[in-house]
Amino acid sequence: MNLRTFDHGIHPSYSKELTQNKKIEKAILPKKVVIPLQQHIGAPCKPLIKKGDAVEEGQKIGEATTFVTAPVHSSISGKVKDIERLPYPGGGKVLSVIIEGDGAIKEWSNSTDIGLSLGMYTPEALRTIIKEAGIVGMGGAAFPTHVKISPPKDKKIDAFILNGCECEPYLTSDHRLMVEESEKIVWGMKTLMKAVGIENGYIGIEDNKPDAIEAVDRITKDSNIKVVVLETKYPQGAEKMLIKAILNRKVPVGKLPMDVGVVVNNVGTAYAVYEAIKYNKPLIERIVTVSGNGVKEPKNLRVRVGTSFEDVLNQCGGITMDGEREVLNGGPMMGISQTTLEVPVVKGTSGITVLSGEEIKPGKVDPCIRCGGCVEVCPVNLMPYKLGDLGRLYRLDEFKAWGGLTCIECGCCSYTCPSKRPLLQWIRVGKVKVREKEKL
Amino acid sequence: MTGNIVIISIVSMGAIGAVLSFFLAYADKKLKVQEDPRIEALLNILPNTNCGGCGMAGCRVFAEALIQGNASVAGCVAGGQAVADNIAKYLGVESAQTNRIVAVVLCRGGDKETVKSAVYKGEATCVAANLTGGEKACTYSCIGYGDCVEACKFDAMTMNDNGLPVVFYDACVGCGACARACPRNIIEMHPIEHKLFNYCRNKDKGAIARKVCSVSCIACSLCVKDCTVEGGIEMIDNLAVVSYDKCPQDDQPTKRCPTECIRFGEEEKMTKDAYYASLPKKAV
Repeated sequence: MNLRTFDHGIHPSYSKELTQNKKIEKAILPKKVVIPLQQHIGAPCKPLIKKGDAVEEGQKIGEATTFVTAPVHSSISGKVKDIERLPYPGGGKVLSVIIEGDGAIKEWSNSTDIGLSLGMYTPEALRTIIKEAGIVGMGGAAFPTHVKISPPKDKKIDAFILNGCECEPYLTSDHRLMVEESEKIVWGMKTLMKAVGIENGYIGIEDNKPDAIEAVDRITKDSNIKVVVLETKYPQGAEKMLIKAILNRKVPVGKLPMDVGVVVNNVGTAYAVYEAIKYNKPLIERIVTVSGNGVKEPKNLRVRVGTSFEDVLNQCGGITMDGEREVLNGGPMMGISQTTLEVPVVKGTSGITVLSGEEIKPGKVDPCIRCGGCVEVCPVNLMPYKLGDLGRLYRLDEFKAWGGLTCIECGCCSYTCPSKRPLLQWIRVGKVKVREKEKL
Repeated sequence: MTGNIVIISIVSMGAIGAVLSFFLAYADKKLKVQEDPRIEALLNILPNTNCGGCGMAGCRVFAEALIQGNASVAGCVAGGQAVADNIAKYLGVESAQTNRIVAVVLCRGGDKETVKSAVYKGEATCVAANLTGGEKACTYSCIGYGDCVEACKFDAMTMNDNGLPVVFYDACVGCGACARACPRNIIEMHPIEHKLFNYCRNKDKGAIARKVCSVSCIACSLCVKDCTVEGGIEMIDNLAVVSYDKCPQDDQPTKRCPTECIRFGEEEKMTKDAYYASLPKKAV
């Protein structure tokens, strides 16, 4: 079968069988949550509450100050214990609100039920609801959704893509959502399409999720939404790769998908949009895959934003081994390793992967043997062996000239390197140094 | 027959060589680039380390700037007063007072003092380790892979057995290469008159800072109260900050510091000889 896909890329071992057939479970209500005021790309939020205030579940606690930002909401009801800078799973520290819960649970299904008719909304109204619900891209990068669906007037958008690839190994949260909540996802997708004002929709799903393809296909059969089955390959879920695979359009360097007339959103985002419109529920919960060989019982959990990694892992039987292990926010390819389990689950946490033993044994770094393997797999056609050296040696002008800044940090080069050279880390060093220099 | 070939090649190669050498000799005279001879003379005076401490791309650029009058005769930090005097003498201008500047490492949280929260196995440079946070629980501390030592061209730094960089007070010329190399900005350049420093950059609240490191500034404000001049030391972002134009340089504020992070005259103790003499002698 000749499936659609992009050029280059790799086939890592996906290890999705650990969780792909496990139903989404509701996580225990946390006693305490830590909600960072910046869980998205863009400006941080301004806190609306102060120490000692009582907050309700779903109450807005951080106000968006600029366009490219999203408000944050309390995920439990309780009392604000403190506001301080705390570790953030994306690295560094972010001003966060600590809320101690009182155990009350709000019934969202009983809120104003406005039915499933979309006709009563204008695109502007939909965008406002989506913005106010604090919805961001749930695939990991957490780009505010309302910005994505508000393209400038001069850009003609003619296609909408829903990203159901989930190419990252171990993660199955989108997969489970598509199987269990396919109707709601398609509804959320239609809402997003209406907000942008386009008719053509595509859902891209990799062929290793036949049950998801079947579930979504059943619902979209007689509509203008087309399910596109894609080859299972990493990084198929990267925006630019997905557009190339489905529409055969190439997003130029430094441009956005909307420059080639496409808007891409994640499956999780569509689900959050459904909940926001139907129940008026802000984004305070998300599906998190807890997996990896370091977890006793891998699971798909519906976790409230702000629950600590430790609480989540405890509900999965805890960490199996005592020795060294790596706890990642995300999957093994692009996930960021954590130094403390106190970090909270945020809007962009699609999974928590715990690796231990053989899986994290560092390889011995050998000299480059000029095999060209990294060049062959790079999805954005760079030369990682060269860029790695230029970054490592701080040859920044050359690094920039060789296109180092266009690297999408997918990690295919480091994965494939037979000499185990940490190419991506060197490239990231180069990117950091170039940005530092440009700031001066 | 073979002898013939040898002779022919010697003669022909010699002839070609002679013609080309005349051409080169002519070109050398005719196409000579006239350069200001003062640049060469100044380069002989300058240290020629190209350290960048003057803020220019190298010693030659600095020499050109001197001749054009765009640089101060005291601009060469690596050369110090002697070079400034020599430059002034050569250019026939008045010499200026150089300010001796040295690098100060504002972190004393080495391997012994800090809490480790992770194991780092990636590329062993500070810049690379800083992408993920390094091994230490303190997010402001020295990472300890020695990017600063690597950057120092004057052999004025080394990593000690506690995993912290040591600046040799007598060898440091103040070019600032180490401060630029540090991804966490814990190395600062200070005039030699500054003697009182808070050797901590942790901006977290005291309780958190104390948990990750035994020599961290816990923002107790005792030094602020003990400073003999009002406002000489201020508490900014949970960190005691010495304002050098106000605070008298004495050891008064250091006396009650519970973590001994604010210290006086620390730098002066460490010279190159003193450091190497303090190392344990190796058994032969």
